[in-house]
Amino acid sequence: MALSHLAASASRSSSLLKPLSSALSLRRSISGDNSPLTVETSVPFTSHQCEAPSRSVETNPKELLTFFRDMALMRRMEIAADSLYKAKLIRGFCHLYDGQEAVAVGMEAAITKKDCIITAYRDHCTFVSRGGTLLEVFAELMGRQAGCSKGKGGSMHFYKKDSNFYGGHGIVGAQVPLGCGLAFAQKYSKDETVTFALYGDGAANQGQLFEALNISALWDLPAILVCENNHYGMGTAEWRAAKSPAYYKRGDYVPGLKVDGMDALAVKQACKFAKEHALKNGPIILEMDTYRYHGHSMSDPGSTYRTRDEISGVRQERDPIERIRKLILSHDLATEKELKDVEKEVRKEESPMPEPSELFTNVYAKGLGVESFGADRKEVRATLP
Amino acid sequence: MAAIFQGVGAAAALSSSPSNSFDSKKFVFSPCRSFSVRKGASFAVVRSDGRVNLNPKGRRAQQLISNAVATKSDNAAASSSSKPGHELLLFEALQEGLEEEMERDPRVCVMGEDVGHYGGSYKVTKGLAKKFGDLRVLDTPIAENSFTGMGIGAAMTGLRPVVEGMNMGFLLLAFNQISNNCGMLHYTSGGQFTIPIVIRGPGGVGRQLGAEHSQRLESYFQSIPGIQMVACSTPYNAKGLMKAAIRSENPVIFFEHVLLYNLKERIPDEDYICNLEEAEMVRPGEHVTILTYSRMRYHVMQAAKTLVNKGYDPEVIDIRSLKPFDLYTIGNSVKKTHRVLIVEECMRTGGIGASLIAAITENFNDYLDAPIMCLSSQDVPTPYAGTLEEVTVVQPAQIVTAVEQLCQ
Repeated sequence: MALSHLAASASRSSSLLKPLSSALSLRRSISGDNSPLTVETSVPFTSHQCEAPSRSVETNPKELLTFFRDMALMRRMEIAADSLYKAKLIRGFCHLYDGQEAVAVGMEAAITKKDCIITAYRDHCTFVSRGGTLLEVFAELMGRQAGCSKGKGGSMHFYKKDSNFYGGHGIVGAQVPLGCGLAFAQKYSKDETVTFALYGDGAANQGQLFEALNISALWDLPAILVCENNHYGMGTAEWRAAKSPAYYKRGDYVPGLKVDGMDALAVKQACKFAKEHALKNGPIILEMDTYRYHGHSMSDPGSTYRTRDEISGVRQERDPIERIRKLILSHDLATEKELKDVEKEVRKEESPMPEPSELFTNVYAKGLGVESFGADRKEVRATLP
Repeated sequence: MAAIFQGVGAAAALSSSPSNSFDSKKFVFSPCRSFSVRKGASFAVVRSDGRVNLNPKGRRAQQLISNAVATKSDNAAASSSSKPGHELLLFEALQEGLEEEMERDPRVCVMGEDVGHYGGSYKVTKGLAKKFGDLRVLDTPIAENSFTGMGIGAAMTGLRPVVEGMNMGFLLLAFNQISNNCGMLHYTSGGQFTIPIVIRGPGGVGRQLGAEHSQRLESYFQSIPGIQMVACSTPYNAKGLMKAAIRSENPVIFFEHVLLYNLKERIPDEDYICNLEEAEMVRPGEHVTILTYSRMRYHVMQAAKTLVNKGYDPEVIDIRSLKPFDLYTIGNSVKKTHRVLIVEECMRTGGIGASLIAAITENFNDYLDAPIMCLSSQDVPTPYAGTLEEVTVVQPAQIVTAVEQLCQ
């Protein structure tokens, strides 16, 4: 993270972020501070077939600090996963979310645990924001029983039923019809809750997405399709895969909103708006303009199809954690030192899991056969009398 | 055909480029002796007398064929420079086959995700986009159903597309196109259209790739009338089958395996193709016929070493052609040995093995001394955890036990 930029940017922060009202002039302890604060988003929303929400976002110091902490946690978690993968403790596929943390954090701030979220395989941080613990994350990544899917799913299959997190899916685009199905069930049971079905710019070209969208619009389902546009579908840039990269407009008859996905407050505002809209008027598409620092997955260096300058440029100018940090500092909500302390704390929590041999038992036992594998009989034999 | 299997070091040294999306170091065809691999050593050769020869860089030592698959005792006393052919890895063999066919016939084109500028996620199409241009090597969006359908449509007019599924499992999204259009159009049009398409991609259980990326689609596709299915297992047959598949007028589904891309072998320089419908005799024997394909071939060969030590003489056949089966080769083998063991990676229910059992029983029941045994993967979604995944797939030890049981 660009800690060195902090000193320089702190003085610039006031020009970047224009607080409409600054509730604090003195530093004070922010741990329980709920006093309202209004901040403007970095860029205005662009809308399609609907009225864009206001640029001013209501927040409070506690929330801002929570954002900071959560995003720092996610960032460290992904970096730790990177090193674990390189140390071959995590195998198979591993898709990292660093750079995109603001989407997970902002979305969570706008909704309740009764609303459903479903996403694709870049799901570690979304799982954490839905209440997953680091233990569950790393245990699952390393194939241990303590993992959220008991070690059977892996990086791409994180689920958390009790907080309505529906995964965690490997096949590109397949989760969107599932998400619309969740929305259907919500409408069926008259829950007044919504579903956020996340997908990427690569998945936006899948036919099943448009099919599901059509049906959702026909049946007025509370489905919010969120395109996390990080501009690259695996190794292919968005302009090479999509004739129209304006993903928020591709719903055609379905309203859409384009949001700066690196600004957690903008994401929060958009999700709040989307939830209200979906409950009244049916589906809406949100396009989160975001960026991933890592390659598509751990086997992709991420540099064959984009320049390192581009990556570092985005990191310097639009990094979501930096943005919140500047916001906090500009409002005198915490000292630099306090923020650094939070980061240090996060780093400690993140130190890679040791090899806990007690977590790891050979799950395959004859009696557990059906339960562990959950699908079928192990053998079919018929003995005739 | 002589083949040389290199150890881990070679694979590591040679496939160190970063865009290799599969961890090359992890496939190990482990000879019965383990040998230490120095970092940076070019490769190690296990000699037939058991000594391990670690090669200094740049100098080719004597290439002794140390594998158990040799069908003739080919003592290559000559140094490698006078040996015919060239050495390469399986994905390079596929690439060579593709490139040669694209040069030979301008109607051949490749379409798939990340095949062009990125070079292919398993590097099979590396360099092709630069050589042949964007119209012949097409980067598609992530829309398998559509671009497979488009490939079939193009094939109806005479183009010869090679459609890549980045992982075979993704082709499930294109199942309707493959079944109804690819397979049936030649028939339903009364022979007017042929569909000379090749649909290829890596499948099979890899190293902890998760359930959705470890699929064995040959069991789902085998029922589709009108298509041919082949599975390659060595660089030699990979290139040969690829070329034959492209030249074939029938739609061919070409199964590669995620873990076999870094196999190394010496293949002939000259143009050659392999018969699409023929099985490969890997090791002739007397006691039992072991039928296998793709990655399981290597598990079988590993088990064969142990079996030979225990006094058995297994005949190993790599069936290669999954649809139609080469019943001629298989039948002759059953006539000789009277016992059959099938080792496959499909699941027990509805897999290739299940069909093979039916075919052999129907045709060669009189020659069988014992019921056919079939070792397949467990009927479960492939778990992520390493130990669970290992248990899901057939291991050499199980093959040895099965042969012993069969030969009682």
